[in-house]
Amino acid sequence: MTLRRRLSDALYLRPWLLLSLLLIPPLLWLGIIYLGSLFNLMLYSFYSLNDFTGQVEYRFSLSAFRQLFSSPANVDIVVRTTLMALVVTLACIGIGFPIAYYIAFYTKGNARTFWYLMVLLPLWSSYLIKVYAWRLILAGEGVVSWFFNALGLGWLLQGILSVPVIGGPSLSNSYLGMFLVFTYVWLPYMILPIIAALERVPRSLIQASSDLGARPGQTFRKIIWPLVIPGVAAGSIFTFSLTLGDYIIPQVVGQPGFFIGQMVYVQQGTAGNLPLAAAFSVVPVVIIAVYLLIMRRLGAFNAL
Amino acid sequence: MVQMLKEPNTASAQAAVVLREVSCYFGSVKAVDGVSLEILPGEFFSMLGPSGSGKTTCLRLIGGFEQPTSGQIVLFGQDASRLPPYARDVNTVFQDYALFPHMNVRDNVAYALMVRGVPRPERHRRAEEMLELVKLAGFGDRRPGQLSGGQRQRVALARALINRPRLLLLDEPLGALDLKLREEMQIELKALQRQLGITFIYVTHDQGEALSMSDRVAVFNQGRIEQLDTPKQLYEYPQTEFVARFVGSANVLEGRLLGLEGGRYALRPERIAIRPGSQNGPNCLSGILLDIHYLGAQTRYEVQVGEERLTAVTSSEEQGLQIGSAVTLSWERGSLRPLREAV
Repeated sequence: MTLRRRLSDALYLRPWLLLSLLLIPPLLWLGIIYLGSLFNLMLYSFYSLNDFTGQVEYRFSLSAFRQLFSSPANVDIVVRTTLMALVVTLACIGIGFPIAYYIAFYTKGNARTFWYLMVLLPLWSSYLIKVYAWRLILAGEGVVSWFFNALGLGWLLQGILSVPVIGGPSLSNSYLGMFLVFTYVWLPYMILPIIAALERVPRSLIQASSDLGARPGQTFRKIIWPLVIPGVAAGSIFTFSLTLGDYIIPQVVGQPGFFIGQMVYVQQGTAGNLPLAAAFSVVPVVIIAVYLLIMRRLGAFNAL
Repeated sequence: MVQMLKEPNTASAQAAVVLREVSCYFGSVKAVDGVSLEILPGEFFSMLGPSGSGKTTCLRLIGGFEQPTSGQIVLFGQDASRLPPYARDVNTVFQDYALFPHMNVRDNVAYALMVRGVPRPERHRRAEEMLELVKLAGFGDRRPGQLSGGQRQRVALARALINRPRLLLLDEPLGALDLKLREEMQIELKALQRQLGITFIYVTHDQGEALSMSDRVAVFNQGRIEQLDTPKQLYEYPQTEFVARFVGSANVLEGRLLGLEGGRYALRPERIAIRPGSQNGPNCLSGILLDIHYLGAQTRYEVQVGEERLTAVTSSEEQGLQIGSAVTLSWERGSLRPLREAV
């Protein structure tokens, strides 16, 4: 028997051997590089920084978290980032769901391929280029404000920009502009999981609901939405956590106020305060975990 | 509250379902092509045909899931051609059961009440009643995923019946069940239909199922009805070759071969007697015995007669027959059924 034959036989007769050969490299990668570094990060958030030497002290301490939550500026950053992530997620659901619904239920064959492509196309170009392009689009002399002026609606844009908190000198220097860019950039991550979830809903369930006397609105609330929530949850984990962790968009578009991602960047880079940076990056992890718990409590994953 | 049913009353003024020249085209495909029929209240009506014959589309037209391209659909005297499914007093048992996976059995059954705003306690009470009717009392808390195929079928039935519809549509409801269970469910379905007095429209490709359960059967072929009759008429007097071959099995013979006027005749295999030897005469033909299939209750013989291959069935195995030798087939004159040309 040749060596190849013997090897094939050995793998065929011992499926676990093949499985472990296939799985060990990715498991090592996931375990050490991914989870290991995440664990290390968590660990650092419980160390402290010696103010005199600037060195990290490897003893358990809550001083990083104390520092995070005792400074109103830091709490502001957490609140600001979380609110932005929340609003962006809601907008992505609001815009993404109808698109996904259309693609999943009303297209097939080439038309569906076309629409998939339209959703995915923005992901083919560099994220940085898109963000800087949006800065130009939203700038005071940019195409958006030109468009408003051309329609004679310049006053409307000025009115919107004069609203406190969300407004600013121009769209590219306002939270509204930042919100638009975030929503644009993360939208495909919301649409794709919703399409996947909708495609798994058998058409006969919708017909059965209608057959049993449910009007279209009722069918949507009682049948389609509950079955698609896992997809919406998956999409919103993307949009939510991507917004929470992003440090480029808040730097390029919007007001000067910091976001969590920027804070992590600054603290572990310029300021060299690794424990505080770690404490900041633990915040999104906790928020996402809480979010998932709430979703589960609401029964979002019952249909899985 | 359970009404006893009288035999379907042909004299009753109002038909449950009337289709007038109904057609349904999907692009260039004529799924249903000018179908007219009338279904009486309390009737067990079957639509029988091979796949793609238009029977399911016809059912879906009555349920409101497809819109007719032309023609009129009247349900209990009301023109329903353009009514959406939720506005029709019709419920459906779907082929895949279509149970809602995120609800337990009780909520599935009570769904029709829930969307009408019936309060929860009454909903649950009536759902429990329905579950009892289909012999699933105590299963209310289970999920559809935890049930067997037969149990899911019963839940789908209970769910469709909870509103006491006047018309129940069943789309190959037993197709996914194994033979034994299917036979049990046939008996139960028929009993349930008698007990409730609801009009059943039953779509199937299984001719045995259609014959054993139905008051009347419409045989579909290529979007049209080939014949609409009682099971007995359908089997005894098939009008077209398609019906003769699809309902039961049949030998279809040219009149010339039989020494009769032109046209074609159907002859049921069990109407043929077979004996050794070669003999020609009126109402008999001789040929070569090709094969004998022992089927337990019956024995089937394949016989080559000239260009034709004929099948005969006897209830006990004939003695003295040898494969390859000459045999004589004979029948009574009255067993030949003249066929008209297909529509």
